[in-house]
Amino acid sequence: MMTSLLFRAMDAKAGVFLAILLTVIILVPAANLLLPESHPLHVPTYAVTLMGKYLTYALLALSVDLVWGFCGILSLGHAAFFALGGYAMGMYLMRQIGTRGVYGDPVLPDFMVFLNWQELPWYWYGFDMFWFAALMVLLAPGVLAFVFGWFAFRSRVTGVYLSIITQALTYALLLAFFRNDMGFGGNNGLTDFKDILGFDVQADTTRAGLFAASGIALGLCFLICKIITKSKLGKVLVAVRDAESRTRFLGYRVEHYKLFVWTISAMMAGIAGALYVPQVGIINPGEFAPANSIEVVIWVAVGGRATLVGPVIGAVLVNFAKTWFTAALPDVWLFALGALFVVVTLFLPKGIVGAVGQGWSALAARRKSTSKVKAGSDDPPGSAPAVPVSESGPPKSRMPAPDPQPAE
Amino acid sequence: MYLLRRLAIAIGLFLCCTAPGLHPALAQDGLEALRPLVNELAKGKFKETEQQVAALVATGDPAVAPALEALGAGDLFFRKSDGAVFIAEKAGKGYALTDPLTLEPAGEAGRREVSKIKVNNRLRRTIRAALGSLTLMAPDPDVRRAAAEAIFKAKDPDSIEALDAALAQETDPRVQTVMEQARAAAVLNSDLDDSVKLNAIQTLEDKASREALSVLIGAQATASGAVLDAATTAIERINKSLAMWDAAQNVWYGVSLGSVLLLAAIGLAITFGVMGVINMAHGEMVMIGAYVTFVVQELIRSSAPGLFDYSLFIALPLAFLTAGAIGIGIERGVIRFLYGRPLETLLATWGISLILQQAVRSIFGPTNREVGNPEWMSGAFELGHMTITYNRMWIVLFAILVFAGLILVLKKTPFGLYTRAVTQNRRMAASMGIRTPWIDALTFGLGSGIAGIAGVALSQIDNVSPNLGQGYIIDSFMVVVFGGVGNLWGTLVGAMTLGIVNKFLEPYAGAVLGKILVLVFIILFIQKRPRGLFALKGRAVEA
Repeated sequence: MMTSLLFRAMDAKAGVFLAILLTVIILVPAANLLLPESHPLHVPTYAVTLMGKYLTYALLALSVDLVWGFCGILSLGHAAFFALGGYAMGMYLMRQIGTRGVYGDPVLPDFMVFLNWQELPWYWYGFDMFWFAALMVLLAPGVLAFVFGWFAFRSRVTGVYLSIITQALTYALLLAFFRNDMGFGGNNGLTDFKDILGFDVQADTTRAGLFAASGIALGLCFLICKIITKSKLGKVLVAVRDAESRTRFLGYRVEHYKLFVWTISAMMAGIAGALYVPQVGIINPGEFAPANSIEVVIWVAVGGRATLVGPVIGAVLVNFAKTWFTAALPDVWLFALGALFVVVTLFLPKGIVGAVGQGWSALAARRKSTSKVKAGSDDPPGSAPAVPVSESGPPKSRMPAPDPQPAE
Repeated sequence: MYLLRRLAIAIGLFLCCTAPGLHPALAQDGLEALRPLVNELAKGKFKETEQQVAALVATGDPAVAPALEALGAGDLFFRKSDGAVFIAEKAGKGYALTDPLTLEPAGEAGRREVSKIKVNNRLRRTIRAALGSLTLMAPDPDVRRAAAEAIFKAKDPDSIEALDAALAQETDPRVQTVMEQARAAAVLNSDLDDSVKLNAIQTLEDKASREALSVLIGAQATASGAVLDAATTAIERINKSLAMWDAAQNVWYGVSLGSVLLLAAIGLAITFGVMGVINMAHGEMVMIGAYVTFVVQELIRSSAPGLFDYSLFIALPLAFLTAGAIGIGIERGVIRFLYGRPLETLLATWGISLILQQAVRSIFGPTNREVGNPEWMSGAFELGHMTITYNRMWIVLFAILVFAGLILVLKKTPFGLYTRAVTQNRRMAASMGIRTPWIDALTFGLGSGIAGIAGVALSQIDNVSPNLGQGYIIDSFMVVVFGGVGNLWGTLVGAMTLGIVNKFLEPYAGAVLGKILVLVFIILFIQKRPRGLFALKGRAVEA
């Protein structure tokens, strides 16, 4: 059963993607740890951390793609799940500091001593154990998403209304986590971490390990997404996206499907947050900002909705651009990001991957009609996302952008 | 201590009634006429001083009050060389001199250059009584009122007689009530008969202010028998009435916040209602309106400072036109290609909002810019026990005006008719010959323009920075979603409800938690009524 699911989920594109990801996971830490610093191919530690951060962003984008691309739920609040996962991990890391904090209290984190708290609040119990924290990384966003989705989907809140209340959700959490008496460090959040699972978070090896872990998590979640979308369940999800009322009339319990995929997606976002925190070394309420959630959506849109590979590419590309712009031309970055939003929605509705796939199938169709040679695709031209690219390597080679798409 | 406080009050009074702008020339002349009389104080012994004090009081001019206060407190000195009189204060080895009439610093003097004007207890009493009648019977009602309030705070039993005398000839009803209450406070603090005290309690109960409450609580501690009972019931009644006033004040704050929300959300309601377009750049239109105000004020400051009080009236049409033009530009340039794809529109307008923010940041800098309040918008007035600031009041009125204007435009003009037709059934409207793309563009321009003039109003109460709009966008969405799309009344009710609920939660839950509760409430509310309070019905819903 499992293997057959897996088998069905794997197509050539997924295989190429996973192969590339695996190469990166192995090569980058190796180039960091094994090569001497003078070597031209040596990857400095800060770059490893940076790329690790990109991978967690990619995982977040993947989770948004699962709900938006395949189920039509545009979430403007996924940063909330990301940050909740991050806070769960941050709490574990805080408890690991122990007596090495500024105040040296064995149980209470520094900010609680500072605020004159006498004992640990009940919701901090258990976070000294990694397995508990790991469970919470999944459960905290999962339960929130389940409860929220239970109410939202059952009463058929859809479209922009849903987007706006997801935004309200993350905004409410943002305000809540800013409060000192919430017991999550208030404005400053959680920081000054020392070690994770006994390893020093600052050490090169730990950083490489975290990078690899992010990559592996991304690969596994990618597989899960692939399995979900290729299964019958995935077909229903797409039907919900394209014609929700019709699907309901056909007898499917639309809200159950939505709730399932919504919760899974929130958990993935939580994992991304949990891997993000030890790499950047801080989690604060700023992560809940609604603007962050919207930015995630643009990563997905740039890469291509409903492609699964696209969001990963989009997240890495946009964040690489952000890193570069904010260092070299800080004033231009918001112009560039804003223009990206506009250009992608106007001219690239299917994103980079979609456009490339479309260009490829258009090319294939032309070759078929001119040389009568049977081309590799039997999809009609224009059906972008699922075009196999078995014969010509990864779909990342640049192709001429197609014309603007008409409205769906 | 007591005398010092009286001195401070008297000086305050003095500054009030001779403040520049009232009648400076007159005041100055009057002061110089008084100077020989004041300087007389330096001469003679106690008996002469008493006569001189009486002569000063006879002028009936409150300007002599500081000199008399200083005399009573032993701070009045005269210079040996020329006999001029000063209020002196120890400074280092010598004294810092203050002119007793103008109250301006008059240099310093060595310890031996000046000499104190001596007073005895009898003289002090005379001075105190004289001061009371001087200020309580001053020609200016504000001075009399302030004097009575000072007595009310001091609760000095000695001033009962002076108050009685003043009450006998008081004509201004406002001053009269203050005097009566001051008398009541003084009576409660004295050892007069219980029946007199009961009357006094009744008077205080009628005033029902916080000060009256504290006087009564003070009296409760010392009183016994019938007075104690009366005081206790009076305190209860006052507490009740104060609670009512608190509620009224909260409602006012809520209405004030609600009208801010209304201003910010009403443009959004139009674009969202008519076109189903989520305009994430709406907050930036508000921000642009605020910056237009800033630019207008800068131009006025540099070229025509006299027009400053009218700056907002000049800024209003300009802000409307600027924001409206940008709105139409956005609609023609981006949004019209995205009709039928609301989620994409949301993303594209978010991108536009980033660009606009960064553009403003590049032009005007990232820091807050100073936008001034015109004269008629600063200050506050009191209504019962509520304080109402003028800028809030004008913004409430302005919001109502804008709302009424929009309703008029939508109900009474051809443009409004077309807009409503497009809102209700776009295709049918198109087949009736309405050029829906034009209506879309104009509606978007109208919505953005309204946001622009909202920015002019908000520039008066908020920081004008590139992030101004960001602060309002989520709140405005909440208002629109709560009120229901395509119905301006829904937006009004939504804004006012959210404003008032927010302000009522604040005292109990704190500002932040109150806001969180409101957000959670809206999230739950949307579950119950997914399309808001006043939802459109019929086919329009499916569009």
